[in-house]
Amino acid sequence: MPKLQSAAELEKFRAELLAKRDPAKPCIAVCAGAACDGMDSAAVAAAFLAEAATQKLDGKLEIRTTGCHGYCEKGPNVVVTPGDICYFEVQPTDVPEIIAATLKGEVVERLVYKDPATGAKAVHMSEVPFYKHQTRLLIGDNPKIDPMRIDDYFAVGGYAGLVKALTTMTPEQVLAEVKKANLRGRGGGGFPAGSKWETTRNAPEKTKYVIVNGHEGESAAFMDRAMLTGNPHKILEGLIIGAYAIGAQKGFMYTRHDMPLLEKHVRQALAQATEYGLLGENILGSGFNFECELHFDVGIFVSGESSALMRSIEGNAPEPRPKYIRTSVNGIWDKPSNLNNVETWANVPQIISKGAEWFTSIGSEKSKGTKLISLSGNVVNSGIVEVPMGTPLRTLVFDIGGGVRDGKTLKAIHFGGAMGGSIPADLIDAPLDFDGMSKLGAPIGAGGLLLMDEDTDMIEVARYLMDFLVNESCGKCVPCREGMQQMLQILTRLTEGQGRKGDLELLEDLIEVTGVASLCALGKTSGDPLKSMFRYFKPEYESRIVSSAGGSDNK
Amino acid sequence: MTEIVLTIDGKEVKAKAGMTVLQAAQQEGIHIPTLCHHEKLEAFGGCRLCMVEVEARGWTSYVVSCVYPVAKDIVVRTRSEKVDKIRKVLVEELMAHAPDSPELIRMAEEYGADRDRFERSASFCIVCGLCVRYCNEVKQKNAVGFIDNGARREISFIPEVARKECWDCQECFAICPTSYAQAAYLLTEALAFPGQRKEAVKVKKAPKPKRVIPIMPAPVTT
Amino acid sequence: MSEQNIDGIIEKYRGQPGSLIHALVEIQHENHWLPREVMHKVADALQVPFAQVMQIASFYKAFSLTPKGRHEVHVCTGMTCHLRGAARLRSKVEEVTGLKDGETDADSRFTYETGACLGSCSIGPELIVDGKHYGRMTPEKVEDVLKQYE
Repeated sequence: MPKLQSAAELEKFRAELLAKRDPAKPCIAVCAGAACDGMDSAAVAAAFLAEAATQKLDGKLEIRTTGCHGYCEKGPNVVVTPGDICYFEVQPTDVPEIIAATLKGEVVERLVYKDPATGAKAVHMSEVPFYKHQTRLLIGDNPKIDPMRIDDYFAVGGYAGLVKALTTMTPEQVLAEVKKANLRGRGGGGFPAGSKWETTRNAPEKTKYVIVNGHEGESAAFMDRAMLTGNPHKILEGLIIGAYAIGAQKGFMYTRHDMPLLEKHVRQALAQATEYGLLGENILGSGFNFECELHFDVGIFVSGESSALMRSIEGNAPEPRPKYIRTSVNGIWDKPSNLNNVETWANVPQIISKGAEWFTSIGSEKSKGTKLISLSGNVVNSGIVEVPMGTPLRTLVFDIGGGVRDGKTLKAIHFGGAMGGSIPADLIDAPLDFDGMSKLGAPIGAGGLLLMDEDTDMIEVARYLMDFLVNESCGKCVPCREGMQQMLQILTRLTEGQGRKGDLELLEDLIEVTGVASLCALGKTSGDPLKSMFRYFKPEYESRIVSSAGGSDNK
Repeated sequence: MTEIVLTIDGKEVKAKAGMTVLQAAQQEGIHIPTLCHHEKLEAFGGCRLCMVEVEARGWTSYVVSCVYPVAKDIVVRTRSEKVDKIRKVLVEELMAHAPDSPELIRMAEEYGADRDRFERSASFCIVCGLCVRYCNEVKQKNAVGFIDNGARREISFIPEVARKECWDCQECFAICPTSYAQAAYLLTEALAFPGQRKEAVKVKKAPKPKRVIPIMPAPVTT
Repeated sequence: MSEQNIDGIIEKYRGQPGSLIHALVEIQHENHWLPREVMHKVADALQVPFAQVMQIASFYKAFSLTPKGRHEVHVCTGMTCHLRGAARLRSKVEEVTGLKDGETDADSRFTYETGACLGSCSIGPELIVDGKHYGRMTPEKVEDVLKQYE
């Protein structure tokens, strides 16, 4: 494959590609996302390929293994086009029937979605409640792409944003567009990406870096891995556009070491992008040079913190630096480094190709665009969903999520993993919004939304989250290392019925000091789940002390 | 070098660009407590005791003065209700490890810290990193390092290096605020290379034996 | 032979202190643990103080400073798995293997570890043995799953 050396060549290539693809030709897409893979979707895919080979269907039927479709609860997932027919919980034994029906243009009724209450069937994706309430701008392409094939990405319009940026816009114009779009970081900070880009761009050093933070350490957030594994080119495209705007020559994709499929797909994407001339020198004849490396974490949460991550890329222990040393000015090897989350980068191509004005038409006043949410916990339909910012939580929990499992009632909703917070069920009409949710004490974080049912012990949840953080602390600063340990001890005693009078006050002091004095966000936000618990669930905590052995009279 | 004017505790201070707030305060004779700080070492920002309140451009924040650079027109307060509370609680947390450290006792008195607020823990090390950083930055021997993470973080003497370097040096023993460094070295020696420390080169006269700094006796408390 | 492969990895990174983590990751992957002599070789070749190699190797939980068992048993302790009952699953696994988090048994059969969130939350709680996922696990199923691994 010779390098594509201009916008014209790329568009010509794309047109030729599309001409060769028949939209009427049936295609069976088997999801190989993390959960489906864990349910052995590989066996399903293998069965399809074997059956298609036996029946000599090459040319009449396409079988494709894709990234995460999103409906993880009901996997292994299969989507048949044309028609976007959704089959759920597919087993290898279902394969011959699905192939036969597909070739005849028919549907296998027993494998489609059935409403748990009414039994009503929904065949097409646009009818399935889980999918129908979503706005799938980012994840919608996943069922159409085999991540090992860059051509699939071209076929859905991939790299059009890069073409537009490199060949018709100056770096300053690209930066201005991203600022105008008010794209806010999707990794947890919600910080305006455009501002960060600008600071990095304006830093005096010539050598600059851009980084994809694919670490995704937040517990119960799995959308970044789904995007990076399922559509790595979308993130890469965003990264190259960003590098062009910022003036960076090199990029790093930083992700976890424990996902072989993710590694395989990202390496393939980088290799194919290089082969096609989208990475390297003089990209698309623009004069812009850019290369990208893949780096792995080594199994600790704190290495998702941006300054710690940069230490890790340097080969050092991931000790964070105080935030007033801005990494956009002093990052990797003290060079200006712009770090953004996977989902943030994934938004960039569409902002450039469709424009900031289009982007700002979606979402709420200060939170624009869509957000990927990992819906899990005691929910009926767990998986990855995408909704516009401003969507009421009720839509996520009930319309899409199908409510609480096992017929129980909702007690609380938790956002932000171990550094987030829980809100009670009566706040269910709150809109999904960076600032609104922060004010309520449950910041969106990376977007992991957990449902907790009526049997959930809120003290145990707080203890569990503190235990997670204690293990992940780097140990450098006293308030985090010592303070969190003390909070954990108190919470553990509470869960064991050994609460003492004065425990809650002690916790409040520790939350305050740890929150203010810690070096990085890990320590600073470690007390946030507890803060939200005290705000909304204090009676549960107080009654735990009273009912403890040493409750009313001990020290 | 450009001059920067800031306010510390109501006093106008003229500092040089590139100085930290701690350096500027020390220059004026204003005391800010520190624990993990040492003039010969790079600022670490680990103990957080030197935290001060800074008002800049209408925002109040809490920063570690050993790292935070001086800036024009900032207003620094080295004592306040919040700052004092931070120091008090941090000292209480540290005294769970080293209740008899003279430096901690002094600070406990100043900030009203209760040495028994938290349950005693088994380790005397307060992980200030002075020994590790001194051996790395000043002596450049790396005989002692950190291991593990979080609350499990410890200092560890590397026997292969310590047996050759430590006895002739012992400089980290004196800077350790809790005397743990010396104890850790001796324990490592006893377990890993008993009786095999590198001796000073033999001369005609027997050399003066190295003075081992005695561990401070427990202060008398009522 | 493992030792040759390890030496090969070390040679690849000779004189590159910034590649310490890469080198250790590859050696861990190849050898399943980091022997002390190997860490010394890495320190010498990459021109990094041994204390730093030790710090990195003990800081990151992906590295093992003791030999591992033939099979790696992992229980996910992420938040969703936790809410769906991972604690009971853990207790059962610990009971059946006789191991605590991070330990390897005397026959080197199993190394047991816990850790958060592998991203397959919908099939929690999960037991993962040698990379194979056993989703929607209950304590009752544990013995049958582990029996398969000698």
